[in-house]
Amino acid sequence: MKRITLKIDGRELKAHEGMTILEVAREAGIKIPTLCYHKSVSPSGSCRLCTVELVGSGKTRLVTACTYPAEQGIVVKTNSAKVKKTRKMLLELLLARCPNVKIIQQLARDYGVEKPRLKKIKNEDCILCGLCTQVCQERMGVSAINFVGRGINRTVDFPFERMWDVCVACGACTYVCPTGHIQNEARKVAQLKRQLGIQRKCRYMLMGAVSNKLCPNNYECWRCEYEQRTEYRLGEHPVLALKLTQRQGR
Amino acid sequence: MVSQIDPVAIDTIIDRYQGEEGILIQVLLDVQHEYNWLPQEALKRISDRLGIAFSEVYRVASFYKAMSLTPRGYHLIRVCLGTACHVRGAPRILDKVERAINIKAGETTQDMKFSLERVNCLGCCALGPVMVVDGEAHGNLVPAKVEEILNEYY
Amino acid sequence: MAQLKSSAELEAFREAILNKKGTERPCITICSGTGCRAYASETVSTAFEEEIKKQGLEDTVDVKTTGCHGFCEKGPLVVILPGEICYVQVKPTDVVQIISQTIVESKIVDHLLYTDPVTGEKAVHESEIPFYKNQARLVFGNNSKIDPTNIDDYIVLGGYSALSKALFKMAPEEIIKEVKNSGLRGRGGGGFPTGRKWEECRYAPRDIKYVIVNADEGDPGAYMDRSLLEGNPHSVLEGLIIGAYAIGSHVGYIYVREEYPLAVENVFIAINQAEEYGFLGKDILGSGFDFTIKVHRGAGAFVSGESSALMTALEGRVGEPRPKYIHTVISGIWDKPSTLNNVETWANVPLIINNGADWYASIGTESSKGTKIFSLVGKVNNTGLVEVPMGTSLRDIIYNIGGGIPEGKKFKAVQTGGPSGGCIPESLIDSPVDFDELSALGSMMGSGGMIVMDEDTCMVDTARYFLDFLADESCGKCTPCREGIDQMLTILTHITEGEGQDGDIELLEEIAEVTRDASLCALGQTAANPVLSTIRYFRDEYEAHITEKRCPAGVCKALISYYIQPDKCKACLICLKNCPSGAITGGKKQIHVIDQGKCIKCGICFDVCPKRFSAVEKISGRPVPLPPPIEARTIRERKPRRKH
Repeated sequence: MKRITLKIDGRELKAHEGMTILEVAREAGIKIPTLCYHKSVSPSGSCRLCTVELVGSGKTRLVTACTYPAEQGIVVKTNSAKVKKTRKMLLELLLARCPNVKIIQQLARDYGVEKPRLKKIKNEDCILCGLCTQVCQERMGVSAINFVGRGINRTVDFPFERMWDVCVACGACTYVCPTGHIQNEARKVAQLKRQLGIQRKCRYMLMGAVSNKLCPNNYECWRCEYEQRTEYRLGEHPVLALKLTQRQGR
Repeated sequence: MVSQIDPVAIDTIIDRYQGEEGILIQVLLDVQHEYNWLPQEALKRISDRLGIAFSEVYRVASFYKAMSLTPRGYHLIRVCLGTACHVRGAPRILDKVERAINIKAGETTQDMKFSLERVNCLGCCALGPVMVVDGEAHGNLVPAKVEEILNEYY
Repeated sequence: MAQLKSSAELEAFREAILNKKGTERPCITICSGTGCRAYASETVSTAFEEEIKKQGLEDTVDVKTTGCHGFCEKGPLVVILPGEICYVQVKPTDVVQIISQTIVESKIVDHLLYTDPVTGEKAVHESEIPFYKNQARLVFGNNSKIDPTNIDDYIVLGGYSALSKALFKMAPEEIIKEVKNSGLRGRGGGGFPTGRKWEECRYAPRDIKYVIVNADEGDPGAYMDRSLLEGNPHSVLEGLIIGAYAIGSHVGYIYVREEYPLAVENVFIAINQAEEYGFLGKDILGSGFDFTIKVHRGAGAFVSGESSALMTALEGRVGEPRPKYIHTVISGIWDKPSTLNNVETWANVPLIINNGADWYASIGTESSKGTKIFSLVGKVNNTGLVEVPMGTSLRDIIYNIGGGIPEGKKFKAVQTGGPSGGCIPESLIDSPVDFDELSALGSMMGSGGMIVMDEDTCMVDTARYFLDFLADESCGKCTPCREGIDQMLTILTHITEGEGQDGDIELLEEIAEVTRDASLCALGQTAANPVLSTIRYFRDEYEAHITEKRCPAGVCKALISYYIQPDKCKACLICLKNCPSGAITGGKKQIHVIDQGKCIKCGICFDVCPKRFSAVEKISGRPVPLPPPIEARTIRERKPRRKH
């Protein structure tokens, strides 16, 4: 991998080709806020919160750190006035959509947003970041949930809004949801699964990590010896950290 | 309305593309054209044959305006709301149509006779405002003419 | 038909058709683009064919249905070659007269000629009509001479000679250099230098490359690409094949909106015929170059016309844009280098190859070369498709070609660039059409939609209209576009409904700026333009809506009231009978009165009141006067005074 150098907030940093600005910044301990980013899946660049300023000859440009590739010699400002102003408005927009989501309230406060000035206040708790759909598709290989529709009415749901047996309530999506929306949904799904009592693959069987067999723990994964062993070995939750060999995420 | 989807018919449509890549949208359009909507069984068959996740097929079908996940009416009314027609008063025409058949754009009448859609630019700007019913264009519309035209389709 | 396997064979074939045709025989061409078809032009062509058969004239005169001629206001159009006699608004009942007078007796049918509305002058030949006279129809002009379902028509006019030159007399690098030197810039809206795009793609280190024709044309009010594809598909194919050869691509895609069924059909026919003749497929014209084209239909999504979204749709996935930090010419469809260009851009290529970069660069301005086709629509007399050299002023287009504003109304603004563009006011109407100039004014060239607006157009409503369109078409992936457009639309709707508040304009500007700077794709990035440009040039209209609750143009329903002026009303009962909500009371000789409580503001009374009375007026920003008391509503006949 070719080695390159770039400047972030005045600091000369070393990186290698293939990294994104966000990865370089995080390695160097520079804080950039994100909502739709998770290192276990490919970045989508949908929340736009990680917007940073790219300084070029004469003009500057706003780009998202999570998707912009680190290039030789680029100059990045992660906290300029323009960046702060942009993030503030983005958070105002998000707060108007999800006024009761804690993480958004916190971020909004950090950027000086008290009351939303916007006219349309909704009561959603999903920011359509797509992390749940990505984990389900890229890591579990199942695609039980996906985006539906477009524009302001876009949602994340099962096809035909009906739970189906491809979803085994493995809970992987709950590990990545930044707002807690999926936690609410997943709990309902797990309840339903328990009621129905069908024998199903567990999350590690889906990932191809363990062979198919009857779960001895009544699908209470926190009891699972494999999960505990692997978490200890990898240092973080296996659903997000296990290396996938067979899975072909898009 | 439950339609009997013949899996062979779906297969015939898919086989026309001879294993080409990237044909999901084209197949869905052909099926939509054939059945006048996209029944669930058809989506399932397409998902199985093309090896694409069912949720992904559903996602595509829910994204595009040309695809309908509910049965469409016998006559399709498309009112042009392109900029040229808008400037010539198209919103009033849409208003009149909605009131005449008692549904909003994007819906189908209870008796399945009409489906109403808003479209952006049919390219007949000289005739604006325009309404196309079953492919036949009616131009130079004024709200007063609307009911007369719709009556022809009853 | 044996495939043509060399440049010489093509030329021989061309000669052969020319000789067989015999240019002396008259040919009746009837415009059959989608626009004229909506005027029932097919009944006109059928009438001609039947009448000619009836009179036994099949061997003396030809009938040809062609693509769009461009003068859509006056369709159905009939042009009789070789004299180019042009008849407008032809009906099936006119056919017999045309044949007996013009074909048989070589006499003109006067009442079917174009008449200038101001001077009353009639124009016999197509080229004399002011609409056509002031254009430079380099790309579009052949539409009226070609039956799009017959490749021979295209060949007779010199078609595929550019391809032959490119394949046998030029190296790929030379072709790219020629296109670069011509200064051709993308005609789809972005205006990116085409030659540079091709060059970057050619040198991308991969062996499989793709070329794409973007015929998604989503801008409402724009239909140039449709008319080119319907009427002269081979011009686009020829350009595409030349580009593919220059870049090193062997597979091309044409992505057409499904709302253009005739274009889809004609493209398929054209591709089949080109394959038959050896212009597509293996070993094209014996050059050793292979190239095939696949056609994909769109499915009703404006955002899928954005280049990265279009490529995703070609992969069979949801046509949503992706971050373009890595150019699609390096990594496009299936991560392979892909060159996407607009229909009109490809159609310009054969001209450049045949006539040279210097010739092309001599047309237009410093930064914008060549011609551009615009769809001139809205409040303008001569609606249609117009092709002018870059640098022509908006005034010339709207007045000299467009014939000005109908009904003597006052010009207010011209909207260019579709939902990504902006409105240009009267004070700037002498601005030239040029990529950089239009951007500097807060608008953009866009794909070529040019919507003319008059004093009866409300600019706040126009901004709201565009945002409504964009909200409907946004894919919804990124926050600033999805939420920003929704919030801007909410504010604008409130303003048009009389609920605007102080500070709304500033809030709109703030949201618009962030939407522009932080959105993922060009839809969001340019969504700010309709808002910011109307605020820039028509701030007073916004302020009137907000502070005075007045709509100066009389459009916003919530801010207008209809009122029948008692001194003008002649009690003719017309409005009363047509009112859908029974809000008008009155009778014969009883002045009509609108019950404001029942009025639904449909405006029908305003439309139907006879022009000579013009009794209905739109009131905005002030209270509606009370109706006259019932006793005073009787119209008394004024008896003629007797002279003693």
